Amino acid sequence: MYRAHVLICGGTGCTSSNSQKIIEAMEAEIKAKGLQDEVQVIRTGCFGLCALGPIMIVYPEGCFYSEVKVEDVPEIVEEHLLKGRMVKRLLYKETVTPSEVKGLNDTAFYKKQKRVALRNCGVINPEDINEYIAYDGYQALAKCLTEYTPEQVVNIIKDSGLRGRGGGGFPTGLKWSFTAANQADQKYVVCNADEGDPGAFMDRSVLEGDPHCIIEAMAICGYATGATEGYIYVRAEYPIAVARLQIAINQAKEMGLLGKDIFGSGFDFDLHVKLGAGAFVCGEETALMTSIEGNRGEPRPRPPYPAVKGLFGKPTTENNVETFANVPTIIRNGADWFASMGTEKSKGTKVFALGGKITNTGLVEIPMGTTLREIIEEIGGGIPNGKKFKAAQTGGPSGGCIPARLMDTPIDYDNLTAIGCMMGSGGLIVMDEDNCMVDIAKFFLDFTVDESCGKCTPCRVGTKRLREMLDKITDGKATLEDLDKLEELCHYIKDNSLCGLGQTAPNPVLATLKFFREEYVAHVVEKRCPAGVCKKLLSYSIEADKCKGCTACARKCPVGAISGSVRQPHTIDTSKCIKCGVCMDTCKFNAIIKK
Amino acid sequence: MKTLEELMALRDAAKAQMTARDDSTEVTRIVVGMATCGIAAGARPVMAKFVEETAKRGLKHVTVSQTGCIGMCQYEPIAEVLVPGEEKVTYVQLTEEKVARIVADHIVNGNPVYEYTVGAVTK
Repeated sequence: MYRAHVLICGGTGCTSSNSQKIIEAMEAEIKAKGLQDEVQVIRTGCFGLCALGPIMIVYPEGCFYSEVKVEDVPEIVEEHLLKGRMVKRLLYKETVTPSEVKGLNDTAFYKKQKRVALRNCGVINPEDINEYIAYDGYQALAKCLTEYTPEQVVNIIKDSGLRGRGGGGFPTGLKWSFTAANQADQKYVVCNADEGDPGAFMDRSVLEGDPHCIIEAMAICGYATGATEGYIYVRAEYPIAVARLQIAINQAKEMGLLGKDIFGSGFDFDLHVKLGAGAFVCGEETALMTSIEGNRGEPRPRPPYPAVKGLFGKPTTENNVETFANVPTIIRNGADWFASMGTEKSKGTKVFALGGKITNTGLVEIPMGTTLREIIEEIGGGIPNGKKFKAAQTGGPSGGCIPARLMDTPIDYDNLTAIGCMMGSGGLIVMDEDNCMVDIAKFFLDFTVDESCGKCTPCRVGTKRLREMLDKITDGKATLEDLDKLEELCHYIKDNSLCGLGQTAPNPVLATLKFFREEYVAHVVEKRCPAGVCKKLLSYSIEADKCKGCTACARKCPVGAISGSVRQPHTIDTSKCIKCGVCMDTCKFNAIIKK
Repeated sequence: MKTLEELMALRDAAKAQMTARDDSTEVTRIVVGMATCGIAAGARPVMAKFVEETAKRGLKHVTVSQTGCIGMCQYEPIAEVLVPGEEKVTYVQLTEEKVARIVADHIVNGNPVYEYTVGAVTK
């Protein structure tokens, strides 16, 4: 038994800021001080506050160290673990008050959160099945197999109101009942862990922090729908998640929690991990299954739906990682418990990956119905550098945006759809006044143009034409007529594409056009980019009365566009200028202006 | 693993290893003074004994942690026992034998061992 537990984040965010080195240094230092039988070092999943990584929590005090460096390790061991004095300078600043050290759950970042899908992330060691079991793991599976009939399990999920967390929001229980109703010699369960939206990392964090809960949920789904085999389709770009999943599957097999005759019920279930090869379209359910089958990842028309004819032509239930992550807790705590959280039609919680212009970049889980204002201003800690919030982009390349004036909308599936946005898988990218909305639309279009699989023409050619029209706008060559054509093409692509990728690809354009039409108009009519982003529409000039003639800018200019003699105002030759902005960064007198 | 009972037994065993991470307010805290004076007087084996005893009995909601110098160096090793809702009890001049009795009488049965407390010893 260890008296102290040192939990160090081993999620991808903290790993890339060197947490592995810190773990090694910690173990070496603890050994050097002879504390190895008293103190245990545990590598956990994501705590959520990625902006302040690497993160370390020391129990039993539960004190939260942030931005820890390898050099800090000897001090933490000497002071805290040996002498019992917390290292104040490394404590997360919000937990330190003049009189006492506050608990983590009292900080603004965690206070409004409700961790259901992420309940074990940053709490347990994901590579140790015993810790998962200690936190009530596999009880839900045992309960289902020994107490409930498959129909009862489907009904519990139906009653809970759980909806698909991958973006579509389809009722999960209903999906399960479709597969259960179809008779076949073989059925499958598929977990979609092909999280492709730029800026989204919810599913990765669940797989890294709590892989066993996905295994348990898939086995429950298998029992409920009559499937005996499952596939987890995970991106090859998630090496930590893949490794931990494999470890977890092996441990579960060893303990008899996967395999034949689980809990003596006669139910068999086996799991395979399949790596994706990096195509965004494989996040679409039919393309994903085509890829598992060993073919080129291309979607196929629906119907038939996967519940009828899915993987290898057999009835298949496919759910997203976060959807599965909710299942064991729903079984354990009951449908009513889950349904008591959230709004009328959207129950439970939602995980969001906060990114962009926000202080607390990271992972948050909030009850449905929380407003965007609460997420950004309270949990997220606001916009850095005193800038003004402009919009939040949800749902990645398939999603839309929520402008500042709708910040008080309670977030749930139906409210977001009503304002022409979508829940999406959970990427939430915050934009401030320095972001150009046309440029944002272009960024996402770039992504879909690259990722279109090419099978159907509306998506393959349509998105490319759309991209070209946006280029025309940001180059200042478009007319108001082009804006109408742009909108028309968007609707054409939406209506005619084969799969979700194409059907949603124009969403970023439509949403920005709806909420920020005036920015498009400024680009087209005034040939001006209000946020000062679109290079072709910018020009740099020097204010003569502010310029001291120090020559600093002229020396830095990479193309020699600035001329003038010493102590005389300089000028910029706009025909040579490449608009790199170096002069503006160099000038000490704020004499250079961008228009 | 074939039954729910087996799983629950495994859960309880695993949970007992993880009491340090228990953040409920119902936790009894044993705090051992581990400054230079305490360590010199033998606080390390005392703390190890607390850990061993609580583990052996599988006590839930009990954590053992450490603190610096309490200021009564001549009475070291010192440990404080904080049971939620009760007054803090400070034990002094501890030995491994005394620890075993404190865990049995105070932590398990709720009867503080008055003869080992600071009040009794300094009288």
